[in-house]
Amino acid sequence: MSGRTPAGGRIDRRRPVRFEFDGRPYQGYAGDTLASALLANGVHLLGRSFKYHRPRGILAAGSEEPSALVTIRRDAARSTPNLRATQVELYEGLKAESQNRWPSLERDVGRINDHLSAFFPAGFYYKTFMWPRRAWKDWYEPVIRRAAGLGVAPREPDPDRYAQRFAHCDVLVVGAGPAGLAAALGAADQGLRVLVCDEQSELGGSLLSDGAARIDGESSAGWLASALEQLEAHERVTLLPRTTAFGYFPHNLIGLCERVTDHLEQCPAHLPRERLWQVRAHTVVLATGALERPLVFPGNDRPGILLAGAAQTYLNRFGVRVGEESVVVAACDAAYQSALDLQAAGTRIVAIADVRASPDGELVAAACQAGIRVLPHATVLGTEGTLRIESVQLGAVTSSGVRDGLRLSCDTLLMSGGFTPSVHLFSQSRGKLAWSEALAAFLPQTALERTRSVGACRGLYDLKEALADGASQGAACAPRPLRPARPFAVEAPVRREDGHLGALPAGARPSSQKSFVDWQHDVTVKDLKLATAEGFRSIEHVKRYTTTGMATDQGKTSNLNALAVVAQTLDRSIPEVGHTTFRMPFTPVTFGSFAGFSRADLFDPVRTTPMHGWAAARGAVFENVGLWKRARYFPRAGEDMHAAVARECLAVRRGCGLFDASTLGKIEVVGADAAEFLNRLYVNAWSGLAVGRARYGILCREDGFIYDDGVVARLAADRFHVTTTTGGAPRVLAMMEDYRQTEWSDLDVWLTSTTEQWAVIAVQGPRAREVIAPLIEGIDLAPARLPHMGIARGHICGVPLLLFRVSFTGELGFELNVPSDYGAAVWEAVYASGERHAIVEYGTETMHVLRAEKGYIIVGQDTDGTVTPDDAGLSWAIGKNKTDFVGKRSLERAAMKSPDRKQLVGLRTRDRSVLEEGAQIVARRGLKPPMQIIGHVTSSYFSSVLDEPIALALIAAGRSRFGQTLYVPMPDRELEVEVTAPVFYDAEGQRIHG
Amino acid sequence: MLLIDCPYCGLRPEIEFSYGGEAHLARPQRPSDLDDQAWSDFLYTRANVKGVHAERWRHARGCGRFFNALRDTTSDRILATYETGRPRPDVAPGTAKPPPSGGGA
Repeated sequence: MSGRTPAGGRIDRRRPVRFEFDGRPYQGYAGDTLASALLANGVHLLGRSFKYHRPRGILAAGSEEPSALVTIRRDAARSTPNLRATQVELYEGLKAESQNRWPSLERDVGRINDHLSAFFPAGFYYKTFMWPRRAWKDWYEPVIRRAAGLGVAPREPDPDRYAQRFAHCDVLVVGAGPAGLAAALGAADQGLRVLVCDEQSELGGSLLSDGAARIDGESSAGWLASALEQLEAHERVTLLPRTTAFGYFPHNLIGLCERVTDHLEQCPAHLPRERLWQVRAHTVVLATGALERPLVFPGNDRPGILLAGAAQTYLNRFGVRVGEESVVVAACDAAYQSALDLQAAGTRIVAIADVRASPDGELVAAACQAGIRVLPHATVLGTEGTLRIESVQLGAVTSSGVRDGLRLSCDTLLMSGGFTPSVHLFSQSRGKLAWSEALAAFLPQTALERTRSVGACRGLYDLKEALADGASQGAACAPRPLRPARPFAVEAPVRREDGHLGALPAGARPSSQKSFVDWQHDVTVKDLKLATAEGFRSIEHVKRYTTTGMATDQGKTSNLNALAVVAQTLDRSIPEVGHTTFRMPFTPVTFGSFAGFSRADLFDPVRTTPMHGWAAARGAVFENVGLWKRARYFPRAGEDMHAAVARECLAVRRGCGLFDASTLGKIEVVGADAAEFLNRLYVNAWSGLAVGRARYGILCREDGFIYDDGVVARLAADRFHVTTTTGGAPRVLAMMEDYRQTEWSDLDVWLTSTTEQWAVIAVQGPRAREVIAPLIEGIDLAPARLPHMGIARGHICGVPLLLFRVSFTGELGFELNVPSDYGAAVWEAVYASGERHAIVEYGTETMHVLRAEKGYIIVGQDTDGTVTPDDAGLSWAIGKNKTDFVGKRSLERAAMKSPDRKQLVGLRTRDRSVLEEGAQIVARRGLKPPMQIIGHVTSSYFSSVLDEPIALALIAAGRSRFGQTLYVPMPDRELEVEVTAPVFYDAEGQRIHG
Repeated sequence: MLLIDCPYCGLRPEIEFSYGGEAHLARPQRPSDLDDQAWSDFLYTRANVKGVHAERWRHARGCGRFFNALRDTTSDRILATYETGRPRPDVAPGTAKPPPSGGGA
């Protein structure tokens, strides 16, 4: 019976490993993959296909596997779907599950789709689920999402750790097959720093499964062992198995994903699950090899149908015979070697059906000599077997057409359609490919990066050629090679790897069986032909319409056959049709490895103010503003946000409130030309601002729209203290630097961010002066000496103080700037001083309500990048006599002066309901969509001091509508609103001067 | 990820820089002299070249300086970097030495 051979292979037969597949126990050996161990147990059925739920087995032995996708489950959170069984290394207790089947793999209900396939042609979704539009959301999409798709991702957070590492090297070798190892040796011999990565658990590539060749007098396994020994002995060489080079980024940055613990039964706590490497290499050597292509014929997807090279790998590397009776379908010589190896191991090779008219050469002769029946000029007309192939119907190609040939019983069909060089990374590096007619393959032609393709990935399939190519190109990575590349003596059979592209010749009668091109997405020859018949010409369009090559394997085994089918149907050459774009990742990469340590608390830096601890101790509820944590409100026992904010608001209006404004951006603008610099930037006039005074400033972009705002204080003739919004500080400084460095480099001005140098304590309310007065030295707080928008320097609690008399509440207000280190101490002192005035700490939510009651805007909330100063009612701030400032020319355009622009206004609701921010506003009652929207709500709160809701809105020609009634349609009702001026409280502005 | 040669600090990875758009677009001395079309062109019209593009970069997480670079948009190869205010160097796309192609295919 088929299964494990008595001896041989690279598995460790002294270390049996127990594992489960779909709950059934099996046994394999250390060194097995899940695929090899299942094959050793005679299991060929591994899953159900994506669309038709057809039974599928193992096609390949490497990362190109399209069908044998499984879920590996360690626990509820550690469950990884869509892993290729050919890459899953066996460990004791491994639990694997098949996918896309219900209730079981053998009896899957979804297989009905296979019989309904006439109703699922290419573009089925586009054609069928068009109407009614609403059904998409509620019916079509959920049903399709449930029916299609492969494995299921776990719902729990990922408990594993993922590390990231940067590395630099002279030479990065991708792929440790013969060419890659020779290149690594060649480069290392020149004294270069070399990194070698390979996606497999063992380095060696094709040498791991090649039983026939001899290198330098040794078997390929023996040569491999000594080559690895030499590389390991090199101090400047690093070998990375289980490491996939998934992406090639500009300037020779290569992304590697190293799987560190997935192959271990117990994962040591100190190790990450995966490690993402970002390698910057002087030269990248691509030794990525070539992939064997399947043949396209009716019924080519049954379990038991494998690539011939895969069968050879299972035999020589894992000691597994994939079958007892194999029919080999060959389009190249490589399949003959597989047949010979398998026959020597005891598998009966029923026949080799060769699609070539007259196969000849060393290996063909050897097969004939070994008694294998070789049928030239053959094709395959169909296969039989439900959960495993049972027979194959061959056809014979004659000058008058295809006639029925032999029908052969078998339990495995091994096919080889030739090889496709793996040019994925080369193409990702934006190197140009050229079509080689001789090899029927796209090969690397012109590189854009410093990269060298060696061996089979540039069409050198012959072992001797590949080794010599690797060695010489590895040595050539050195700017001045120290010694010549080493030569290799190779004895290996000469092969002709001509291959076949596209569908095999069909019989006279059309087959009822499907000829699959893309196994993973269930795309058939018929689908591709339909796409071209429906008018698709570009291969990129055919790809998207049929989804060929769009599955997780990105068409590694299918793209060239698909291309050939399309080219043939369109009667154009393959280079005329062209190829689709190769994109990263080469194989899927976990989100975890991209995220690395940047998750949870480490996702983003957190900025806190000096008073953060005090606020946290008071039970403040914080909100994120940019990277800052800001206290949003301070709930007392039993209070929700609404109650807390109502209390805080009233306290400020009636007595005194304390607010942490430290997060405001602060930029010091210094130099003889500081005032001129600000004149040119801000809309306001600064030259006339006296030292010791402050002014509300507006910064526009060159397009005339508000970019930021803040109070600007003149500390000295040549020194301004500019404040910005909390979130805007970095971009304002960047904009200032841009103009300073690139437009006005003649100005004598310097910019320094002082945001974190100052703690800012806002004391607001009618009692504010009484609260701070006892603590302050050296400043006369009398209104005449320190009026609204006045500033002064002095001390508070012995600490240097920069005092601003400013208000963002409409009340008498002060902002105390003290060095950050003293922020918490001064805050506590002010709070203590305020206790007899019933001082109340308040948060950003109360700040928002208070400023909205006064109609003060918040940039980014009441403005959105399309609002001019005049739209916001701030044209008073613009320096009227200035000939220029950033944005002025744009504001002079007719459209910017139109009276119909959206303008900031206030809204009162008739029924006292609080509007939703973002709600749309219409002019008339009872309109149905699509209707003309004339504006939207930007801010909306319940004002406790006014005991009614208030809102700010941007409304077309808003200032001409005061007193008008407008409407806010909501899902369940329509609200009536009255347009008012945007100032709701103390319209005369008396309180601020208190 | 690009490697960018800051004229002040040397070769650094792209994450240290922020992109600043097309270079050599001087803000008009007297914007009010421009008609709407000319001002609109200054604001919005960009070359969007396929090939060598003069562009601004700022070493934002380094020295903070703006400078200009010539980058071939088809290959992302940076042909030159130079200080703001200097004229665009005369570098043709072919002058940067192409990397070896890796074999005679």
